[in-house]
Amino acid sequence: MINIKLTDQELSPSECEQLILDDQAGGHVVFIGTVRNHTSSKTVKYLDFEAYGPMAEKEMHKIAAAAKDRYDILHIVIHHRTGKLAIGEIPVIIAVSSAHRKAAFEACEFCIDTLKETVPIWKKEYFEDGEVWVAAHP
Amino acid sequence: MKIDLLAFGIAKDILGYTQSSYMVEHSISIADLKKQLSNQFPSFEKLSKFDIAVNQEYQSDDFELSENDEVAIIPPVSGG
Repeated sequence: MINIKLTDQELSPSECEQLILDDQAGGHVVFIGTVRNHTSSKTVKYLDFEAYGPMAEKEMHKIAAAAKDRYDILHIVIHHRTGKLAIGEIPVIIAVSSAHRKAAFEACEFCIDTLKETVPIWKKEYFEDGEVWVAAHP
Repeated sequence: MKIDLLAFGIAKDILGYTQSSYMVEHSISIADLKKQLSNQFPSFEKLSKFDIAVNQEYQSDDFELSENDEVAIIPPVSGG
C-alpha cells in the first residue's frame, strides 16, 4: 500500500503509523521531520513551505513506488505539509513497514533523501532580520 | 506560440507572478526557453540552477514545447 498526502493541515505521526500496520510486518520505521530553530548560527523564527501541488504529489508517489521496487517492504506513507510552520512543528513524515527491519530503515532513508532532491516543494526561512529561499543560491 | 508559465519559490519572486501566459517561438527547446528567461530576467543567472517541468513532469534541455503546455520553472527544491 502506498499513501501520499500533501496538505496545509497538521500532520499526524499516529495516523501514519496506523496506515502501515500489517500482521506480516516485523517492524516499522517512521521518520518525522521537524522545524529546527537555527540555520548555521542564525536564529530561525518560522518556515513557510510552498508546493507545486499536483506535481509534488506525483513525485512523492514515484518515490514511494521506487522504494517498493528497490526494497522488500510492505507499506509506505509519505505525508508533507505546506504553509507556515513554527519551530518544532512537522513538515514531513515517512512511515514504512516491512517483514525485516533493514529494508524499512533503508527505504525510509531513500525516501527522505530523494524527496529533498526531486519533489517540487520550497521552504523559506524567516529570521529576525529578513528571509531567504533555502538552497536557491550557491 | 503561447505557453502557460508557472513559477514557484524564488522564481515567483523573480517573475513577480505565479502563473501567466507567456509567448515563445514555436517548438522552442527547454534550453532555449532557459536562455530566453535568463535574458529577460538576469536574476535567474544567480541561482544554483533551475529546472523546467512540462505538464508536471521534469524534462531535459532538448525537449521541445508545444502550444498551451503547462511549463513550470523549478528552482532548487528544499522540501522535507
